[in-house]
Amino acid sequence: MGRSTTSKDAEALFHSLHSAYASTPTNLKIIDLYIMFAVVTAVIQVVYMAIVGSFPFNSFLSGELSCVGTAVLAVCLRIQVNKENKEFKDLPPERAFADFVLCNLVLHLVIMNFLG
Amino acid sequence: MVAKMDKSATDLLTSPGVSSLFKSLKLKTKQQELLIRVTILFLVYVLAFITRLFSVLRYESMIHEFDPYFNYRVTQFLTEKGFYEFWNWFDSESWYPLGRIIGGTLYPGLMVTAALIYWTIRFLRFSVHIREVCVLTAPFFASNTTLVAYFFGKELWDTGAGLVAAVLIAICPGYISRSVAGSYDNEGVAIFALLLTFYLFVKAVNTGSLAWALASAFGYFYMVSAWGGYVFIINLIPLYVMVLLITGRYSMRLYVAYNCTYILGMLLAMQIRFVGFQHVQSGEHMAAMGVFFLMQVFYFLDWVKHSLNDPKLFHTFLRITVTCAVGLGAIALGVGTASGYISPWTGRFYSLLDPTYAKDHIPIIASVSEHQPTAWSSFMFDFHILLLLFPAGLYFCFKRLSDATIFIVMYGLTSMYFAGVMVRLILVATPAVCLISAIAVSATIKNLTQLVRAKGKASHSASGKGTTSSKASSKGSLDQSLPFQRNGAIALLLGAFYLLSRYAIHCTWVTSEAYSSPSIVLAARGAHGNRVIFDDYREAYFWLRQNTPPDAKVMSWWDYGYQITAMGNRTVIVDNNTWNNTHIATVGRAMSSYEDEAYEIMRSLDVDYVLVVFGGVTGYSSDDINKFLWMVRIGGGVFPVIKEPDYLVNGEYRVDKGAAPKMLNCLMYKLSYYRFGELTTEYGKPPGYDRARGVEIGNKDIKLEYLEEAFTTSNWIVRIYKVKPPNNRSLKCVGIALLISSIAVTMSYEAAKLIPTTSSELWLCFHLGKARSVASPGFEKLI
Repeated sequence: MGRSTTSKDAEALFHSLHSAYASTPTNLKIIDLYIMFAVVTAVIQVVYMAIVGSFPFNSFLSGELSCVGTAVLAVCLRIQVNKENKEFKDLPPERAFADFVLCNLVLHLVIMNFLG
Repeated sequence: MVAKMDKSATDLLTSPGVSSLFKSLKLKTKQQELLIRVTILFLVYVLAFITRLFSVLRYESMIHEFDPYFNYRVTQFLTEKGFYEFWNWFDSESWYPLGRIIGGTLYPGLMVTAALIYWTIRFLRFSVHIREVCVLTAPFFASNTTLVAYFFGKELWDTGAGLVAAVLIAICPGYISRSVAGSYDNEGVAIFALLLTFYLFVKAVNTGSLAWALASAFGYFYMVSAWGGYVFIINLIPLYVMVLLITGRYSMRLYVAYNCTYILGMLLAMQIRFVGFQHVQSGEHMAAMGVFFLMQVFYFLDWVKHSLNDPKLFHTFLRITVTCAVGLGAIALGVGTASGYISPWTGRFYSLLDPTYAKDHIPIIASVSEHQPTAWSSFMFDFHILLLLFPAGLYFCFKRLSDATIFIVMYGLTSMYFAGVMVRLILVATPAVCLISAIAVSATIKNLTQLVRAKGKASHSASGKGTTSSKASSKGSLDQSLPFQRNGAIALLLGAFYLLSRYAIHCTWVTSEAYSSPSIVLAARGAHGNRVIFDDYREAYFWLRQNTPPDAKVMSWWDYGYQITAMGNRTVIVDNNTWNNTHIATVGRAMSSYEDEAYEIMRSLDVDYVLVVFGGVTGYSSDDINKFLWMVRIGGGVFPVIKEPDYLVNGEYRVDKGAAPKMLNCLMYKLSYYRFGELTTEYGKPPGYDRARGVEIGNKDIKLEYLEEAFTTSNWIVRIYKVKPPNNRSLKCVGIALLISSIAVTMSYEAAKLIPTTSSELWLCFHLGKARSVASPGFEKLI
């Protein structure tokens, strides 16, 4: 009895989320796809580390943090570009994208130094 | 003070002289205000620099204290050999025979900053010496800190508060104590980096811009490279984020600011070798990571809630997610801590949370005088009226709560707690106290001057214009209470200015009297009031540099290690880095043992010279005899053969006739008081009167067997002894040689008696004489 209501709840949840998500603009969906890609890559790296061991720990960390970092920065970009956020309505999307590119540049320069 | 007068000029623009000046320059009000602000900031910048120059003017441009000498030596190395050699430097001149990996065990920010300034100035063809750059680095960065304080104050409250904050922090003794000219230590640069990081982070939270968050990450990187106190930042910022989340002030700007700062800051910080992987492995940094994950979960939930628009479904989702997330987090933390992967809090920082921890477990941390709890007098000495303005500022901050004021309140409260635990951390609390007090001062003065001006305007308009009857009656009723309010406001303003001027006088006096001494050069007043300078430390180090072989090893207590390597240029056994407790305990054991045991230890460490500091002749109280009990405690912590009660009499530490016998015969006592028993130090007192302890010493007739005195400075402050090498031949061998030769002579004499020729007697006498000349003069006694 409990399990079926939970599963029904989960189904209803899933459906309403799906329908809400379908109405988001395309540029935000592209950013979401990029975030998914980064997170999946991060998970693959963790699984690989669990199998092989973490010997050059700095290499593992730099790979992991580059995925996590770029995912986080993409989320920040999505927040700033999203028309629904009242706080950022004065921010031109070009400025948001330029900040995103700059932060990613710094991130990857440091990653390359840390990779070892 | 000129700065204070200029501040009051902002609301006295109606004074004829100033306004005519501005009218002649044809400036609008906004431009006038800008000019005044820029002038004030410029004056404050210069003020912050010159108030720190007392010791340069009184003595000379030299490096103070102990730690700065190490930093100076490292900076010299960096400018001579270049960055690559510096980053990979292994130093074999300290911690003999272990050596020290300097490249990997220091915070390079200060040295790299000074080297960059040096190279820039050299590029502009000014040929300065690196020592001048090092001496003046701290005042230069103090001036920069005042600018950052102005911008931070502007961000928190308004420009008036910014200006007051800049002035207050320019002369605050809490900051001056560690940033005076000559104090070439990490804190001089680190406080600038700390305030800069906080300002950039608050700016990022206020604007929600990725660019400001990136700048904040760079500020954090600079702070990590400069000082170990960066742990305060990496714990305060997550705490602040938690408080904002709990009080419901979360917003998208917070998400952007914190995440960008954390990820980029963490990555940049791991580039410093000394910090290494601590950001993911050490317990002190786990709060930041925990808050990072918490934020992801929190904002994900917020996004789902926003897109669902159905509370019931959302509650279900919330239940599932929160239980999963909390469960996972707890498991990860538990496994990490239990398996030892996440290291627990190190002793240095744990002793801040539990102040009694260091005294029981880590005597080296407990023995440093800067790590003692703070007395109220220290607070008053370092803060003066800011201590009273701090609660007033807190009141104003709570009246106008915003993200920025919440931050400064948290910074103020946490830093004041830590300042109460350890004297050294008053430095970290100073910017917060200055900013909060500035808010109080600025808000109060603004209210008061508005009262003064408003009533003034009302009286002007009442006299200038014709008014309706109602207005006249209302003005009439106001007029009765007006004069008192206006007078009251003027009186309060005068009171405020009086307080601020007393603050300025106090700060300058404190800087001049208490915080401008180089510690390596001592000064005192002679009998006729003339100034007497004791330059014994440098005298001893230069003697070492010029009169000992270049590979000589010097044993001393760890306080003097950095100075000996920097100025004496000789290898030392232990120095101020105190990274190896057992090595220090070995030296402590050698100093506390009898001379023969100590000689064995010194031979095992290849020690050639021993250096002790003795204040009995001058009354200098920071000498080795006063530090001796710490040597015993630290040595006894590792070698149980050294027991502290052996050196005490009824729990009391004495050096006179009633002292413990072990105390009277230990190496430190002998080296300090050798030949002191013949010296008369004060008129009317017996010879051997120790002026630092105020007693006549117990053991005046000291004989040294394994060491000999090499050098004592002119005021007996530093004494250097040479360790004698072992003898070439021992007395036993000489005795055996004499015995054999005497037996041989007697037997040949007996044999010769049987031969009845004169030639044989002649032969015998000849050989007897030869045997006599070979044997030592002691041979006569044997016959």
